[in-house]
Amino acid sequence: MSTKIKPEELLQTINLKPKYKNWMEVPVEFRKGTFSYAGSEEALIYLDQPNPRKWQPTDPDWKLPENWQEIILEGFRERLEKFRSLKIFMDICVRCGACADKCHFFLGSGDPKNMPVLRAELLRSIYRREFTTAGKLMGKMVGARDLTFDVLREWFYYFYQCTQCRRCSVFCPYGIDTAEITFLARELMNLIGVNIDWIMTPVKNCYRTGNHLGVQPHGMKDSLEMAAADIEEITGIHIDVPINKKGAEILFVTPSADYFATPHYYTLMGYIMLFHEIGLDYTFSTYASEGGNFGSFVSHELMKRLNNKIYAEAKRLKVKWILGGECGHMWRVIHQYMDTMNGPADFLEVPRSPITGTVFENAKSTKMVHICEFTADLIYHNKIKLDPRRNDHWHATFHDSCNPSRGMGLLEEPRYIIKNVMRKFTEMPDNTIREQTFCCGSGAGIGTDENFEMRMRGGFPRANAAKYVRDKYGVNICLCICAIDKANLPPLFEFWVPGLEVGGVHEMVGNALVMTGEKPREVDLRLQPLNIEEE
Amino acid sequence: MGLGLSLLYFIVILGLGWIAGYLPFMKTIFGTILPYVALLLFLVGIIARIVRWGRSPVPFRITTTCGQEKSLPWIRQNKLDNPSSALGAFGRMLLEVLFFRSLFRNTKAEFKDNEKLVYSVDKWLWFFSLAFHWSFLIIFLRHFRFFTEPIPSFVTFLQNIDGFFQVGLPIIYITDVLILAGLTYLFLRRIFDSKVKIISLPSDYFPLLLILGIAVTGVLMRYFFKTDLVAVKEFTVSILSFQPIGSDLLAKLSPLFIIHFTFVCTLLIYFPFSKLVHLGGIFLSPTRNLANNNRMKRHVNPWNYDVPVHTYEEYEEEFRDKMIAAGIPVEKEE
Repeated sequence: MSTKIKPEELLQTINLKPKYKNWMEVPVEFRKGTFSYAGSEEALIYLDQPNPRKWQPTDPDWKLPENWQEIILEGFRERLEKFRSLKIFMDICVRCGACADKCHFFLGSGDPKNMPVLRAELLRSIYRREFTTAGKLMGKMVGARDLTFDVLREWFYYFYQCTQCRRCSVFCPYGIDTAEITFLARELMNLIGVNIDWIMTPVKNCYRTGNHLGVQPHGMKDSLEMAAADIEEITGIHIDVPINKKGAEILFVTPSADYFATPHYYTLMGYIMLFHEIGLDYTFSTYASEGGNFGSFVSHELMKRLNNKIYAEAKRLKVKWILGGECGHMWRVIHQYMDTMNGPADFLEVPRSPITGTVFENAKSTKMVHICEFTADLIYHNKIKLDPRRNDHWHATFHDSCNPSRGMGLLEEPRYIIKNVMRKFTEMPDNTIREQTFCCGSGAGIGTDENFEMRMRGGFPRANAAKYVRDKYGVNICLCICAIDKANLPPLFEFWVPGLEVGGVHEMVGNALVMTGEKPREVDLRLQPLNIEEE
Repeated sequence: MGLGLSLLYFIVILGLGWIAGYLPFMKTIFGTILPYVALLLFLVGIIARIVRWGRSPVPFRITTTCGQEKSLPWIRQNKLDNPSSALGAFGRMLLEVLFFRSLFRNTKAEFKDNEKLVYSVDKWLWFFSLAFHWSFLIIFLRHFRFFTEPIPSFVTFLQNIDGFFQVGLPIIYITDVLILAGLTYLFLRRIFDSKVKIISLPSDYFPLLLILGIAVTGVLMRYFFKTDLVAVKEFTVSILSFQPIGSDLLAKLSPLFIIHFTFVCTLLIYFPFSKLVHLGGIFLSPTRNLANNNRMKRHVNPWNYDVPVHTYEEYEEEFRDKMIAAGIPVEKEE
């Protein structure tokens, strides 16, 4: 970890009533622990992205193209013509400030430039200067300024201090979406090769190997077989996990962290157990082995280039429809972008659960169903046998992931599953769940070690709410349906709420699932002893 | 940033209106040319702005969902905060435009004991904004009695409702009180709430001052310094029917009225070039005005273009040996 700051010290530095200063005159400071390293030359070359070179944000010279301002402004003009959202969001903000204390980065840092309104003003000030009459004539009077290197540094710092969680957009009276603004600002910076490595390298990996971690086909197979072996050890049931199986009914796509990272891995075991038990005809794919899409953190084009694999693979394998695992931004991309970018999926059929016969009308065009929708439907129709007592050693709360809640509205399905697979469940306070949920603080590509302090700050509101239910109700696990959450909440809780574990919803399903021919369960998927409480 | 500057601009306009009230030459210009310039700039400006917005497509359906989606039939959908039909989206917009639904959600985050974040309900911004906007609208509609002959019945109706409490003489309109209260609140929070002060630009203070100027001069004319309403009505009707305005009529208009009128014209001119276009923009905000039916109905992006992709063939070419060795099915066995 790149910073040694302690929770108490960090809290001391937050002031939610910042002193008045003319923000345009406050220079940005690249403090250790609060920013991410620059995109690697190699990744940019592989992806054929502009201006590959070696550089770091702390360098005095970013080795930009000579006409970088021109490139950005031309790109800006082009995007204004392509996105009505951008034009509207640039024009109509009244700076009422309702968004100010809704941002987890503002709440965790007290830095005024982390108020969503001010983050957008970083871009808006340039918009006014270049694209409005008032800005051209009156400059600072109307909040306009020139695009200088200092402004670019500010953009880099603060647009990579937004996790595109869209919480501010819920509270904005005009629905101004900072995720959209951040997205386009990052896209503009990418035109001159200003980006971060924890986005560009995963994008490169995903483009080449099909997943962010760069796992090659045989490595993925090893991992799936390992999960099957672990399942056999716990349940006594042998499972062959289907990979790249042509003619399967369903293609299953999940974030690649599920194959390797902990606690994601237990969720993966849960999926495999569930699919085996209901006899689902499905397949994993090594080519489309990633549901997540780091391209969506930097440009629409890269998002499309990565997302393309899912439909392409569904077509090659001749499946009928697609099922997607637990992931946050993956689901924003699938729900709001995939069909538009890479559809129409006219070679697939309207998803229909082969077990219950339910036709998923809500996915009839995109033809991809969320695993929580699928499992909730199974439980509702009593198609699986569950023993919720096997999760008695857990007292859970549920963290709504940003994108499924605010970019989709998947709120009840995971809760329905949780309430059926375990007996102790307590919600966090109302202002911190459902559409008002707080980000883990590391979404949208900024979950890097070097950015540790800023992640702990951004995740503070979430941790604060989790701490509340831990202290008051004895909650000992926070469930979530997002791979980035599963990667980031553990260090976040270790920092703010030591002892609170993190898990996936389908891990709990795996624990509770009564499988045909299984041996008596003694341990859960983590190999921890069960602790069934008698009524 | 910029309270002083916008105050200066405001005082200049106030001064010009004031002087115009006493100098016949200026009064003629302000009374006969300014209103047309203002109306023209307002209309052209607003239309140009809306056309400008409309020219850009909506490539993706990026609804911000604030409630349960439509999924399984037995899960209750939140049809207004997460609409899946055009009707639902219309309802959502209606709540947004008429009642400021999103602002109603507003909360306030504060630290407790220096270590806990707590959130409390904070409806003041919602209340005063709503009071201000609705009052402004009703006051604007009430003014139709100065533009039309005969006076439409809805105007009389509004007047009666607005003066419901029958307090004072002339009867005090509720909206007059509310608009002043609303504007004062909106103005003071820009000065006293440090977060809002930091983000405030001259172009945030200025329209508040301008509208406050309009409201105060209006209130002064109604309750304290009587103005010749017959002359005012003759004046506005002449303007709107493109009739020439005689100097004897202008002479009857009080200086206070000229100030009021100058403010109104300034507002019209300023409107299309400022943040006040949120009046039109809110209807076009793609996170609010679209149904969340993304997976049900394909949204078409008019500029969707082909991108370089890494095909399965290229992928298998690179990893074929390893795939075969691991027993993973391949397209081409070699």
